[in-house]
Amino acid sequence: MKPVASPTPDTQEWFDRIDVGELTVAHCQNCALRFLYPRMCCPGCGSRAVGLIPVSGRGSVASWVVNHRGPGVFAEEAPYVIALVRLEEGPMLMSNILVEDPNAVSAGLPVRAEFEQRGERRVVQFVPEVGTV
Amino acid sequence: MSLRGAIAIVGAAESTRLGKVPDMSALQLHVDAALNALADAGLEPSDIDGVASAGELPNDVADYLGIVPEYLDATNVGGCSYMLHVRHAMAAIASGLCSTVLVTHGESGRSRVGMRPWDPAPQSMMAQFEVPYGPLGAPSLFPIGVRRYMAEYGMSEEQFAMVPVVQREWASRNPRAKLRQAITVDDVLASPVIADPVHLSHCCLVTDGGGALVLTSADRARKLDAAAPPVYVLGAGESSESSVVSGLSSLTSSRAIERGGRAALAQAEVAHADVDHLMIYDAFAHVPLYGLEDLGFVGRGEAAAFVADRNTAPDGALPLNTNGGGLAYTHTGMYGMFAIQESVRQVRGSAPAQVEGVDVSVAVGVGGMFMTSGTLVLGSEATLG
Ligand SMILES: [Zn+2]
Repeated sequence: MKPVASPTPDTQEWFDRIDVGELTVAHCQNCALRFLYPRMCCPGCGSRAVGLIPVSGRGSVASWVVNHRGPGVFAEEAPYVIALVRLEEGPMLMSNILVEDPNAVSAGLPVRAEFEQRGERRVVQFVPEVGTV
Repeated sequence: MSLRGAIAIVGAAESTRLGKVPDMSALQLHVDAALNALADAGLEPSDIDGVASAGELPNDVADYLGIVPEYLDATNVGGCSYMLHVRHAMAAIASGLCSTVLVTHGESGRSRVGMRPWDPAPQSMMAQFEVPYGPLGAPSLFPIGVRRYMAEYGMSEEQFAMVPVVQREWASRNPRAKLRQAITVDDVLASPVIADPVHLSHCCLVTDGGGALVLTSADRARKLDAAAPPVYVLGAGESSESSVVSGLSSLTSSRAIERGGRAALAQAEVAHADVDHLMIYDAFAHVPLYGLEDLGFVGRGEAAAFVADRNTAPDGALPLNTNGGGLAYTHTGMYGMFAIQESVRQVRGSAPAQVEGVDVSVAVGVGGMFMTSGTLVLGSEATLG
């Protein structure tokens, strides 16, 4: 099976909410910064008053590679897209772009979140918005 | 107090063999290089009172050599760690914490003798937020911003291919380089695709090898009976940023290179036009492009054309990666030591592909996927005037 995260106490809730189909970002109650990865303090101001807020799941492709080789079970799926997705709400995260033709991916491509079941857990993934590719 | 020129490199050497050295562990490669560097400096292990290393622990290197140090630096922030070791030694020697520091690197990158497998720790943010998406390690994660760079600045595949083409020209002049055959843009684009837009020819080698430096105060350096004149440390800088590529502040530049590099240039009091020779850690072909811009040698988005127009090639205005670089010379894993070694050779005038009249050389290292950086500005006696 493909790997899933082994969360640490500071990331546990973020991954637990992915498991129930909810994408969140960390939010600072002191300076309003939104950020990923989730952590116990704000990287903008150092406040401990941070929590998770749900996001729309919409974003765009900031950059990407098309892996023509992959580790372990990923090898069978090559070529596949590994992208950095800039969420509408600001923070960026890594994902695959689940798409038939990797050449259809471009900078700024609008994408939305989906949740892939992997064993007991879910993994957030992105697909192009309908009608964009 | 300025530390410009306060310390000097009095010994510099690589392991006796590079490439495939299956009969030596990583620790042995540290020691082999250390013995060569000590011989170069005309010193014995007992003359060393400070040890710095990454990959292996400095206490293990010290013990192997019978050194009882009074200064240890185990900074390990990836491939640029050795630049940071030199910077820290600059402060330590200048303030009298120790007098003579040995910096060592050794890695059995290819044969994997006495090496741990590459595998990010499960609790790391990289393992949690990136590994589930199937990156092939650095070849996927390091160049992930290149498509963005192409989109913003219009770099073509052909321009990007010129980085390995030009570096191979330098390697062809260096008998110790692993890949010495000239290549063309078409050869690069015909090489296997690893993580598009990155082809195999855009990726560094994977080799066994080591390197070491001996550092001491400028005053002591002049009194030693070393094989070569001292190479002075004019400036040094370091910085870091995100633990994961998705947290980098920019995908088309490196804040760590910019911050550390510009601090080093400022401390060294050198202008860009004063730099005779440049090394920029090339784990992948885009890193020198980012580095040229982050250090301000060219404007944003101009580096690809600068390289394609042969400015960094033999006979160009700004010779870059003149040993052939990680792409063609050697790359054990933590390549920064080899960038420093080539800068030292160029300032000494002893490089296989020697550039005419090098008084100032800059060596830029990176660690992780732009997560850390360290820069050294090295100079000849003439730069102290
Ligand atoms: Zn805050």
